[in-house]
Amino acid sequence: MQQTILEVQDLSRSFRSGRDPLRRLADWLSGIEPPVVRAVENVTLSISPGETLGVVGESGCGKSTLARMIAGILPISSGRMRFRGEPYESLLSRKRDALKIQMVFQDPLSSLNPRLKVRDIIGEAAVVHGIVPRSKIRDYVADLLARVGLPPEAAGRYPHQFSGGQRQRVGIARALAVNPEILICDEAVAALDVSVQAQVINLFMDIKRDRGLTMVFISHDLGVIRHLCDRVAVMYLGRVVELAKTEDLFAAPTHPYTRMLLEGMPRISLKRREFLPIQGEIPSPLAPPSGCHFHPRCPIATQQCRQVRPELREMAPGHVHRCLNAVAS
Amino acid sequence: MTEALLDVEKLNTWFYTRKGIVKSVRDVSFDLRRGEVLGIVGESGSGKSVTGMSIMGQIDEPGRIVSGSIKLAGEELTTLSFTQMRHYRGKRIAMVFQNPLMTLNPVMRIRDQMFEAIGEHENVARKEIHRRCVDALSAVGIPSPEERLNAYPHELSGGMRQRVVIATALLLGPDMIIADEPTTALDVTIQAQIIYQIRRQIDQRGLGMIWISHDLSTLSELADRIMVMYAGATMEIGTTEEIIGLARHPYTRRLLESVPSRNKPGEKLQQIPGNMPSLLSLGQGCPFASRCERATAICNETVAPTQLSDTHRIWCNHPFED
Repeated sequence: MQQTILEVQDLSRSFRSGRDPLRRLADWLSGIEPPVVRAVENVTLSISPGETLGVVGESGCGKSTLARMIAGILPISSGRMRFRGEPYESLLSRKRDALKIQMVFQDPLSSLNPRLKVRDIIGEAAVVHGIVPRSKIRDYVADLLARVGLPPEAAGRYPHQFSGGQRQRVGIARALAVNPEILICDEAVAALDVSVQAQVINLFMDIKRDRGLTMVFISHDLGVIRHLCDRVAVMYLGRVVELAKTEDLFAAPTHPYTRMLLEGMPRISLKRREFLPIQGEIPSPLAPPSGCHFHPRCPIATQQCRQVRPELREMAPGHVHRCLNAVAS
Repeated sequence: MTEALLDVEKLNTWFYTRKGIVKSVRDVSFDLRRGEVLGIVGESGSGKSVTGMSIMGQIDEPGRIVSGSIKLAGEELTTLSFTQMRHYRGKRIAMVFQNPLMTLNPVMRIRDQMFEAIGEHENVARKEIHRRCVDALSAVGIPSPEERLNAYPHELSGGMRQRVVIATALLLGPDMIIADEPTTALDVTIQAQIIYQIRRQIDQRGLGMIWISHDLSTLSELADRIMVMYAGATMEIGTTEEIIGLARHPYTRRLLESVPSRNKPGEKLQQIPGNMPSLLSLGQGCPFASRCERATAICNETVAPTQLSDTHRIWCNHPFED
């Protein structure tokens, strides 16, 4: 068995709608179950040290909820997570060790304190947790800035004085400042222009190589995922529907939803697209379809798919999917 | 050759800010024919959106069209008064923006918004309006359009909302549509559906379309011709084959190379060093010169266009040879 750094088992998270107490009372009196959104449903994953796991899916598939739970900033509903074999609860109770998991967000402007200088944004946590003494903070921050490709003068500026790509670099430097072992990136390059996106992707690749960081990379962009990740999990309405090595997934996707996603992926090509795109939209997570969530849009769905919830099955070593009918392509 | 539907000549749109003059669009020229999709690609600050807004006559203070001409089917648009331009907007030229929630009125039913769009320009019976709305909604792939007419925008998904906006744009049978990043906020499967339906409408109705995007992959699948903009100026314009397959401009090449799917997985992406120059301090030369590996002294002073084929034109002193 391969050594793992992070183990996620049967992880679920539901959200209840209708926080209004009167509404809840009325529902309770009339015996109506309040609607529940199962944002993440029984997700099981394991990640090896130094590996980059991609999580891909469309809006509402639960990928950000999953990221936040792994980062320890969103309570879980059920399931278990272990970091190097240790349960998350005990890890998170020790503040300093909780820093081993860090997150980079999509929008750096809303995740960086606008009233702090970059030096404090990056250095604050490291000082508070005693990773560096306050007297050495200048050099420490300058070193981190250099690593993410920013000049040392940047330390004295505020977030609004930077461009989008530079801000994202500050966000990355802040995450790296506390020597994390796992970096969780939620759409970290989605808001950037193509040429800036390339710069930041390259920065992630450098960090990965230099520090052997383990990364969970959440994105809706299959091109970015394919480029950066070792393995990919495809999510649909809260469930992982396929999980495989990146090259296997892109060469031979087995789940009909993955195939559909890959087909819909815009490519630079000289041929005008002739296919008929997949019909329908993601159903409301408040009322997900019975059985396999994907059956209303699936070209190979059968009667059985409407009733039976498919379990993850292994197609090939390391390649699992959640489909009753799929065969290897 | 068919006559151009839209003809833009040496357009200059500048913004007079307190810090100085921001030359957002400089000497941009292109034309658009019926049944054609022209893609305008560029990064933030390249002037692609300001170009679209200039055609719509929606440049507000402190900006204005400084010089140049915009002709729609031979008629000059830049000299029209605000009231005259109102008759053109929606009726002759329609615009679709990135965020449908900002385009649609949140407290009006879809029906009333679409009715209002027609009522503003035409005097037709309600029954006829209703029929046209239903037709427009089904043309862009909205299932059960009759029911959707009664919905409020928040009751629809993002993809459905954008379809409603596109349907409204088609409603008055405009000559052309300007779409500014219309599918950027949507999921890939929905984006593919909408692009497919738009292409069908363009072909069926013989509309002209300008599709503004930062995404070369989407444009390569949809557009007939592509114009590449950088820091307010045109770098290269040509058919999609010429831009994607035979790009000669160093910036276009670099842009294509930085797309992840064009690189080997796991290898470092080609990146363009540096940042876009400030639009406040642009000289006469090529704006890309400071980041270009082929630039020489002359590039900071002047850059002249070269016609490579009937359709392919570049603004570069040292283009790639093949």
